[in-house]
Amino acid sequence: MTLATAGKRSGRPAPGTRGPGRPVDRGAWFLVLPALIPILVLSVGPLLYGIALAFTDAQSGRTEPTQWIGTLNFQDLLYDTLFWDSFRIGLLWAVGVTVPQFLLALGLALLLNEELRLRWLARALAIIPWAMPEVVVGIMWRLVYNPDAGILNETIRDLGLGDGRDWLSGLATALPAVIVVGIWAGMPQTTVVLLAGLQNTPRELHEAAAMDGAGAWRRFRTVTWPALKPVALAVTALNFIWNFNSFALVYVLTSGGPGGRTRLPMLFAYEEAFRYGQFGYAAAMGCVMVAVISVILALQLVGRLRGDGDA
Amino acid sequence: MRTSRRARAGQYAALLAYLVFLAFPFLWLVSTAFKPPRELASLHPTWLPRDPTLDNFRQAFDEQPLLRAAANSLVAAVGAALIAVLIATPMAYVMARHRTRLAKAATGWVVVSQAFPFVLVIIPLFLVLKNLRLIDSVGGLVMVYVVWALPFALWMLVGYVRAVPAELEEAAAVDGAGRLRTLVSIIAPLLAPGIVATGLFAFISAWNEFFFALVLLKTPEKQTLPVVLTHFLGAEGVADLGPLAAAAFLATLPSLVVFALIQKRITGGMLAGAVKS
Repeated sequence: MTLATAGKRSGRPAPGTRGPGRPVDRGAWFLVLPALIPILVLSVGPLLYGIALAFTDAQSGRTEPTQWIGTLNFQDLLYDTLFWDSFRIGLLWAVGVTVPQFLLALGLALLLNEELRLRWLARALAIIPWAMPEVVVGIMWRLVYNPDAGILNETIRDLGLGDGRDWLSGLATALPAVIVVGIWAGMPQTTVVLLAGLQNTPRELHEAAAMDGAGAWRRFRTVTWPALKPVALAVTALNFIWNFNSFALVYVLTSGGPGGRTRLPMLFAYEEAFRYGQFGYAAAMGCVMVAVISVILALQLVGRLRGDGDA
Repeated sequence: MRTSRRARAGQYAALLAYLVFLAFPFLWLVSTAFKPPRELASLHPTWLPRDPTLDNFRQAFDEQPLLRAAANSLVAAVGAALIAVLIATPMAYVMARHRTRLAKAATGWVVVSQAFPFVLVIIPLFLVLKNLRLIDSVGGLVMVYVVWALPFALWMLVGYVRAVPAELEEAAAVDGAGRLRTLVSIIAPLLAPGIVATGLFAFISAWNEFFFALVLLKTPEKQTLPVVLTHFLGAEGVADLGPLAAAAFLATLPSLVVFALIQKRITGGMLAGAVKS
């Protein structure tokens, strides 16, 4: 092996390994730059710019120059009950979607891990929610929930359970109705990840536990779950973040209505920024959302590090 | 392992419930797309259209510029997919093979970018693109989609690169092949299936994307398919259900077909990227 490869394997090149190693590093930059520049200009840059905007009075279409206003936006935000209502709805939505999504996905993954017929059909159907544009998912479920022509109310009438209702515009039913859509839309992805995790659990252990007379639940708890836990934690954390940041589904289903009952923080910030032009204020909302997500991520990471020491 | 008959029956019942839950909304969408107006207005809708018709499709094309929107979507999605894999593959290679600080920072960015609320990025992006005069243009949207597709593309490709034995490259280096040469003639061909799958996934993400397109494209002629689809919804609750369903069904077909082709590879790659070496 040449010095160059030895140097790059051990991380930073040791002081004595210059010479033949240098051109390699320049080559690495050449390979990285085409992706690095767009990342810096269109992702890292805007992120920092966005954080900075939160401390300004930036508005769209204003002629006078933008000024620094310190933490004024955050102070305003503190007393903005509409925002905190929306934040609470966002958390309800994120938990309400993520938890059932995980449980349902786990159930389906366990089923698909068994030698059942029709497994292929479930795998094929799982493609639909995963590949569909979110806008179409929203449109489709509006058709399902439609008070007159929708299949849900028709089924309820057929079963003699009353006349059904206008699910998406009822104050009490709107949020649960959109949560069901959220669960449906994200379930296949979670299922596939969990299924792959299940297939990595040691089969011999399973059989040994069965020989010892452990029931299905005990086998799950003592053999399956410990092996699956890291995957489960990771996928749940990601789902939570994605759900908290979700926009298109609810925008299409209810636009945040009725009376703000489904106005997720993303919809709220979108309206603030692009309907009312309050860029600075909306950026402050974004910062608060990042802060909350970071705390959750940090807690998650701590949990993971405790879970497996080698991470 | 033996499973009792009763447990088996329970499993099948559960699986059946899952199948129904997964399938019924889509079946309803398809059925609605083929129903004539009279059946859509009926207070007792049926699962299957009694007189299936293609009128909704014709009407959908009359009501909204679907072809133009599809063309815009196609340009945005193909452009984003091609550029994304072109710039992500070399970077993924460096991330997979070198443990430099840069590679670590890039991995950190891939993870952190998943947690960005888009709203914090979209306002500055809007301002930056406005200054570059790329607002309200499909070109600007392509740039945004490329960056947006990169985290996942890098994640997948790093996994694929790691699966290629490093000994192959060392052998090439011994034979005197330069870095770029090794990458192009040894690594790239081995990665080709993974690169194609990643590109197709980037295509689907861009084809389906709504939020950036909604904010960044204002001129109706430039809007992409998901944005145009929402125009069918019109004011509160007065949507014309038949054409709406027909257009939504058509807009989904490309994603479904492409996804069916790459599903196995994507699920494999997602986990390969997660494996620590």
